[in-house]
Amino acid sequence: MALLKLDNTTIRFGGLVAVNGVNLEVEEGEILALIGPNGAGKSTIFNLITGIYPPTDGAISFKGKSIAGRPPHVIASGGIGRTFQNIRLFGEQTVLDNVLIGAHTRGNWNLTGALLQFLPSVRKEEGRLLELAIHCLSKVDLAHKAYELASNLPYGEQRRLEIARALAIEPALILLDEPAAGMNPQEKQTLLKMVRNIRDDGVTVFLVEHDMKFVMGLSDRIAVLDYGSKIADGRPEEVRANPAVIEAYLGKGAAH
Amino acid sequence: MFLQQLINGVALGSTYALIALGYTMVYGIITLINFAHGEIFMVGAFVGLLMVGYFKLNLFLAMAIAMIFCMVMGVVIEYIAYRPLRKSSRLSALISAIGVSIFLSSLAMMVFGANAKGFPSEAFPSHQIHIGNADISTLQLLIIGVSALLMLALEFIVQKTKIGKAMRATSEDYNTAALMGINVNFVISFTFALGSALAAAGGVLVGVLFNSVSFNMGLMAGLKAFAAAVLGGIGSIPGAMLGGLLLGVAEVFGVAIGYSSYRDAIAFAILVLVLLFRPTGLLGQKIQKKV
Ligand SMILES: Nc1ncnc2c1ncn2[C@@H]1O[C@H](COP(=O)(O)OP(=O)(O)O)[C@@H](O)[C@H]1O
Ligand SMILES: [Mg+2]
Repeated sequence: MALLKLDNTTIRFGGLVAVNGVNLEVEEGEILALIGPNGAGKSTIFNLITGIYPPTDGAISFKGKSIAGRPPHVIASGGIGRTFQNIRLFGEQTVLDNVLIGAHTRGNWNLTGALLQFLPSVRKEEGRLLELAIHCLSKVDLAHKAYELASNLPYGEQRRLEIARALAIEPALILLDEPAAGMNPQEKQTLLKMVRNIRDDGVTVFLVEHDMKFVMGLSDRIAVLDYGSKIADGRPEEVRANPAVIEAYLGKGAAH
Repeated sequence: MFLQQLINGVALGSTYALIALGYTMVYGIITLINFAHGEIFMVGAFVGLLMVGYFKLNLFLAMAIAMIFCMVMGVVIEYIAYRPLRKSSRLSALISAIGVSIFLSSLAMMVFGANAKGFPSEAFPSHQIHIGNADISTLQLLIIGVSALLMLALEFIVQKTKIGKAMRATSEDYNTAALMGINVNFVISFTFALGSALAAAGGVLVGVLFNSVSFNMGLMAGLKAFAAAVLGGIGSIPGAMLGGLLLGVAEVFGVAIGYSSYRDAIAFAILVLVLLFRPTGLLGQKIQKKV
């Protein structure tokens, strides 16, 4: 059974069909990339999965259960973490607090627990979350910046911090929306290793990315979206050779 | 004389600060000016008065009950009057808030009558303490002490607890907070509960301080506390504390140097002056850029 399944998923914004009857399965343990020209509907697919919009039509299921139309915080707590194409960190909080905010869904998060901080059991729980947060930060090599303000980090590190924050949910599936955007080749190389590590730790990775070298080097499978419809889906070398893809996307983008 | 007035000002200012915190926290999280907040303060004063005058409870117990009562009331108001309008324009929610405010003060007038009621004098037997050449009442010390304690508790909750982290995250970016698994509806309810409890405490303290509780007491206190919140920088918790204290002190000194007929205008004059030079208030963040 696929970990995540989009079944004829569709969303319309007024007259625009941003995602059009997409069927897509994400298998447990794989790295799947979603590519396609700007405006193809890639980010919108992430927004549908994470509950920002309910689909106009079709179904979305995660671990065999329908999640379409459920509130975002329920979907996140259920095990789907994500990052954003436009970085959306809590800039006024420290790096550590950003990650702890992601981690809090893992705690027994109730009011009494929050207020009875002095109880040993609650303190122990806090300690566990802190450990989890530091662990997630070290996964993206940011543990040494734990007490800096998130907004003071350089751009590439902010992208990695978003990944750490998403990991703190202890997700089964992580969605990365253009994680390498704005990074230099060296940073991209580091990121590539980090993403592989994350997958090797047992987290399924579903990413959107424009850098073809990055995508080809990282992904087990690639799906291609054009004008809201899926036009191809397969192993990197298959997709690269697919004429429909070359016409829609690579024809323009991969020449350089 | 100076010390005397300073203490008077700090005592008054602490009560403004208690109310201002509710405005600023709610604004910080859902960018709504909770116009009914002053009326929550008024209801808190009445509940305290009932507990002390009718049920003969001691002042602290009465205050605790008023706080709990208003917590529930704040959560209910948010649920029925603001939540359904969450996705509509802020103006609709503001009008709804004004409606709640009028409803509550009219209801209080029906139930308790139009005349101000006094706290029974045995509620808090106050006496004077002499420090240097200042006469300070134990009541003023009580007000300052209770307010300081409540603000410390608030600071602890916001900075150190999980729900506090969730509040800060939600107030910085509501949608992203939800995507990180935070139940923003719960956080919003919690914020209303906290703000309302502080206002209720303020209501009881002010009721005792001025020995007067009336259905319309929420209006002027609410406006001044709102001015304090804006002065400190709306959305900023330390800002609300600072703004409240500053306005209280300024008001008392203004009266002391002979501007007593402008008593209620002083807060707003200061507000206008400060906003001319610092549009975001004393401790306000720069306006968030939203993409
Ligand atoms: N909330 C929205 N309202 C209206 N149109 C939207 C909305 N979100 C996305 N779109 C439109 O849907 C299309 C797909 O956008 P997006 O998913 O961001 O593309 P990309 O593949 O570049 O990530 C675009 O034409 C975009 O303008
Ligand atoms: Mg996009």
